[in-house]
Amino acid sequence: MSIIHDKIAPADQLVSLFEKSREILNRGSSPILNRMREVSIKRFAQTGIPGFKNEDYKYTNLKPAFEKSYSQELVRESGLINLNEVYSRNIPELDAHLVFIVNGWFYSGNKPGSELPNGVVFGSLEQIANDRPELLQNYLNRQAGLSDDPFVTLNTAFTKDGFFIYIPKGVIVEKPIQIINLLSSDENLSVTQRNMVIAEPGSRIKLVICDQTLSPASFITNSVSEIFAGEDTLVDVYTIQNLNNQSTAISSAFYKLQRNSIVTTGAISLHGGMIRNNLKITFSGDHSEANVNGISFTDQKQHVDNFTVIEHASPNCLSNQIYKNILDDESTGAFAGRIHVARDAQQTNAFQRNNNVLLSDKARMQTKPQLIIDADDVKCSHGATVGQIDKDALFFLRSRGIGEKEARMMLMNAFAHEVIQKISIQSLRDRIDELIEKRLNGEITRGHI
Amino acid sequence: MEGKEILKGINLEVKAGEVHAIMGPNGSGKSTLANILAGKTDYEILEGEVTFQGQDLLELSPEVRSRSGIFLSFQYPVEIPGVPMINFLKASVNEHRKFKGLEPLTAGEFLKLMRAKKDMLHLDSELTNRSVNEGFSGGEKKKNEIFQMAMLEPKLAILDETDSGLDIDALRIVAEGVNALKTPENATILVTHYQRLLDYIVPDFVHVLYNGRIVKSGGKELAFELEEKGYDWIKNGNDQ
Ligand SMILES: Nc1ncnc2c1ncn2[C@@H]1O[C@H](COP(=O)(O)OP(=O)(O)O)[C@@H](O)[C@H]1O
Ligand SMILES: [Mg+2]
Repeated sequence: MSIIHDKIAPADQLVSLFEKSREILNRGSSPILNRMREVSIKRFAQTGIPGFKNEDYKYTNLKPAFEKSYSQELVRESGLINLNEVYSRNIPELDAHLVFIVNGWFYSGNKPGSELPNGVVFGSLEQIANDRPELLQNYLNRQAGLSDDPFVTLNTAFTKDGFFIYIPKGVIVEKPIQIINLLSSDENLSVTQRNMVIAEPGSRIKLVICDQTLSPASFITNSVSEIFAGEDTLVDVYTIQNLNNQSTAISSAFYKLQRNSIVTTGAISLHGGMIRNNLKITFSGDHSEANVNGISFTDQKQHVDNFTVIEHASPNCLSNQIYKNILDDESTGAFAGRIHVARDAQQTNAFQRNNNVLLSDKARMQTKPQLIIDADDVKCSHGATVGQIDKDALFFLRSRGIGEKEARMMLMNAFAHEVIQKISIQSLRDRIDELIEKRLNGEITRGHI
Repeated sequence: MEGKEILKGINLEVKAGEVHAIMGPNGSGKSTLANILAGKTDYEILEGEVTFQGQDLLELSPEVRSRSGIFLSFQYPVEIPGVPMINFLKASVNEHRKFKGLEPLTAGEFLKLMRAKKDMLHLDSELTNRSVNEGFSGGEKKKNEIFQMAMLEPKLAILDETDSGLDIDALRIVAEGVNALKTPENATILVTHYQRLLDYIVPDFVHVLYNGRIVKSGGKELAFELEEKGYDWIKNGNDQ
């Protein structure tokens, strides 16, 4: 692989924006955030925005998105959320601890702590980093800082706010925590968001994160999340992305799993112009388990790329990945899944599957598994399929009187079902089934106009 | 299909209340005929017509054919993981009702209907708790087809080798089901290549299909003659 450090204008612009904004970025932020900035912008400047020659980004060209001009909210803007408007936007309504984040900023109207168990710390990353830096400092950037990904270094340089969750030892948060990331602006906007979740040993938490554009502007979001699952924890994180066609979302999530922990993720990409999800799982304790799933729906000229890295660094762990895509029109998709089993990670089980349905001749899917196995006692498998709707199943349903459109819908729902059923929150599963139905009959797309 | 002519000479009239058996060796075109009647579009129809209750059947989509009363029991029923039997059947029954101008069944009414049909066919309730045919044995799949037929009460049922691969008990259940569903208003086409099924369901007419043509038609005694003399008897007189 050749690495070409091509300096292009957008990256230079971001670096000079950093130079100009250094003072504003540092103002009001905790020193533990500020001290990461300089080294991060330098690292970003060395790589720039990755082009197709970067092996990890060869299916997703983000350069055009960065060539547009965007404004940035480097300071918190006050403003009120119109909840009626929010809920008219196909966001799942759940019985949950609910907070909003607006353009990357933890919303001032949130009352996050009110019903949570004692000791749970939940709120604005900016604020908690200022008030209780001791909670973050052993964790902040410990995973993300190891990454060379340019969007991660860029995020770290510009980090201002996002959410922070700390669950003390043994605390079980019964109801899910729902975080609604709203994007709302009249002009094109670039948003940086930084999130952290620290689950102490024996705790349990379920997160539902909904990304939603509220206006037709172009948004470019760059979010980085670091999740620490301590010993014997159960951590579920479900994301639902519903963005307009002009928008680009880049998200990078890092999960570190200690002994006996179980992490379950579900990435539901319902709608969006260009979506790139990076997900990294690091097993740093034995007998832990990661269930990593995703389903995406694309049509028109949309693009979704899921890029996963599973680092089996400890023995006796299990990773299980199922990613699916339903692609229509001229949309494109990519899945690249890297599994690395370290030399000492004996008795590893690592499974990966990627299944795709193309609904049109012009839709394209790229899929690339990559297994790097340095241990000898392991069970690994991967498989990928790209196909059409099963013609025989379609004919069968029609031959029983079910109309073609309805029959197709049933088959697509069935295809998605395998991923949806892995979601542990029944009410969320039901809401997502409804959203998928709306997605497939065009209502979600119409909701963005 | 890839330029191959499968059916070449079929002339068949089925009246209400009748049972017709179509027999013939493997590859003679029996499934092709059944699929064409149900509306499968894999085949190109070069010439011919099919009239069903005064309507040009070939003009209709598979779903409209079904709602009009055509039912095909598939030779190889598909498995559809993720589509629950109940959802599928409910949609199917309600589409049929809508076509007839009837209100959809409520969940309660639907379950009651399902129970009644299951009892009638002596089926266990397992069948409807799963996804369509998922993990079903060959026999279960065929029973499931008959169950769907019982739910939809077709005017013309075409059973494509519903007997093949069944043990004697399953065969009896399937045959009893077909007999129980028979009325003077509906008709059945039994496609089979064994005579065995005809011990349980007595046809009014037997047709022998060979090489895409009906080469012989007769009463139920034709089936016995075939059983005795084998398909070679037909082949010898008909190979070009
Ligand atoms: N999809 C297909 N494509 C090409 N040939 C086919 C197809 N289906 C059936 N045929 C051919 O048509 C002939 C009749 O097949 P079929 O109707 O399945 O016979 P039967 O049911 O009597 O065994 C066979 O020669 C078979 O190979
Ligand atoms: Mg056949």
